[in-house]
Amino acid sequence: MSRDSIGFTFLVSAALCVVCSVLVSGAAVGLRGLQEENKENERKKNILSAAGLIEPGASAADIKKIYDERVKGIIVDLNTGQVVTDDKELFPNPQEYDQKSAADNPKMSMVIPPAEDFAGIKRRETYSWVYLISNEEGKLSQYVLPIRGKGLWSTLWGFLALDTNLNTIAGLTFYEHGETPGLGGEVDNPKWKALWKGKEAFGKDFDPEIEVIKGNVVPGSKNAIHEVDGLSGATITSRGVTHLLDFWLGNLGFRPYLEQLREKGEK
Amino acid sequence: MNSNQKEVLTGPIFNNNPIALQILGICSALAVTTKMETAMVMSVAVILVTAFSNAAVASIRLQIPGSIRIIVQMTIIASLVILVDQFLKAFAFGISKQLSVFVGLIITNCIVMGRAEGFAMKNEPGISFLDGVGNGLGYSAILMIVAFFRELFGSGSLFGVQILTLSREGGWYEANGLMLLPPSAFFIIGFFIWVLRTFKTEQLEEA
Repeated sequence: MSRDSIGFTFLVSAALCVVCSVLVSGAAVGLRGLQEENKENERKKNILSAAGLIEPGASAADIKKIYDERVKGIIVDLNTGQVVTDDKELFPNPQEYDQKSAADNPKMSMVIPPAEDFAGIKRRETYSWVYLISNEEGKLSQYVLPIRGKGLWSTLWGFLALDTNLNTIAGLTFYEHGETPGLGGEVDNPKWKALWKGKEAFGKDFDPEIEVIKGNVVPGSKNAIHEVDGLSGATITSRGVTHLLDFWLGNLGFRPYLEQLREKGEK
Repeated sequence: MNSNQKEVLTGPIFNNNPIALQILGICSALAVTTKMETAMVMSVAVILVTAFSNAAVASIRLQIPGSIRIIVQMTIIASLVILVDQFLKAFAFGISKQLSVFVGLIITNCIVMGRAEGFAMKNEPGISFLDGVGNGLGYSAILMIVAFFRELFGSGSLFGVQILTLSREGGWYEANGLMLLPPSAFFIIGFFIWVLRTFKTEQLEEA
């Protein structure tokens, strides 16, 4: 058969496809375990770092140990504010609830009315994870809430940690974004993240008041407790952070859940 | 190693650099050079892919039908890139997150395809492998030079180690924001080509 005949062309392409697909699928299947472990570890690391429980560079073993001791994940119905982790009909295997894919699933999410879509995310899942952090004595000390929203180029994915008074911010961290390194990418900067600790998220009537302002916060000014320094050269990313917090702390976000907690606290 | 092999391996670094002389693969040189660490991982990935795709294409070059040769090369390159990506996700997760789509985009890097079509289709697998490594090194050299300047002047650090204390952290150095944006890579590559052609006048093109 000559090299350029139709039969030989088919033969070569078929053989090549078989060889390449064996290689690619072999690697994908063989390495899946390690990759899943990395992802899981990454998720735990981000929750712990929002809660301020680990330093950057902590080992995988440490992360797992601290996470198992101090963190408990629960699933919350964002519409009603109810905790539904133990609802066996909804979640036969709560550990396997994948919030990221639920947000794209029409059965598990809702379209956000454009006027209320401050975060620019278009769809919001019905159920969200909330992570309860306990202190060294095993007492509840923080709530870690998953948040996300549009910056300049990309969606910022992160966690917000609130103190048990449900107002003071204990930490904020973004674990995935595609903002400009050095400008909007400075949302990763530990110095900037440290500014959030101790700020108060809500004003009167529990409306979200927290804001990333342009420039630096004037200490002692009226709203200083709700304000965080803007990232220089990253106006749109800074604004994005404000808006996504507005959304996730507001009516379509965790407000119903936080209200339930407040009522329980008052009783 | 005979002189021909040596020339194939080291030639592309300065004399026949894929970016500076052949002007190939500029796109990724803009994207992954804000930090030296990511630039280095990208370099290693490109060296591996060019070397092995060259070797693979060369070893079946006598069987590849002319009508589908580009597709055949693409398939080999794409498979290798997926392999590299999978390995990075398993063993260097942090870096693979930073490189994100750019590892996948090695598939479209003109250097890889250019060498497969231009060299590996006409040569033995061994020498093609060396040609792949050489061109990968040439690409890496530029990437590292560009990343050196961009990270040093844009973030005041090298490989993440702070060299110049930034003014926003109480030091004296005002970070140059332009360095962190893609156009700065164009300027640096432009300067590099200028310097290179001042010393190697045979690279000058006739106006």
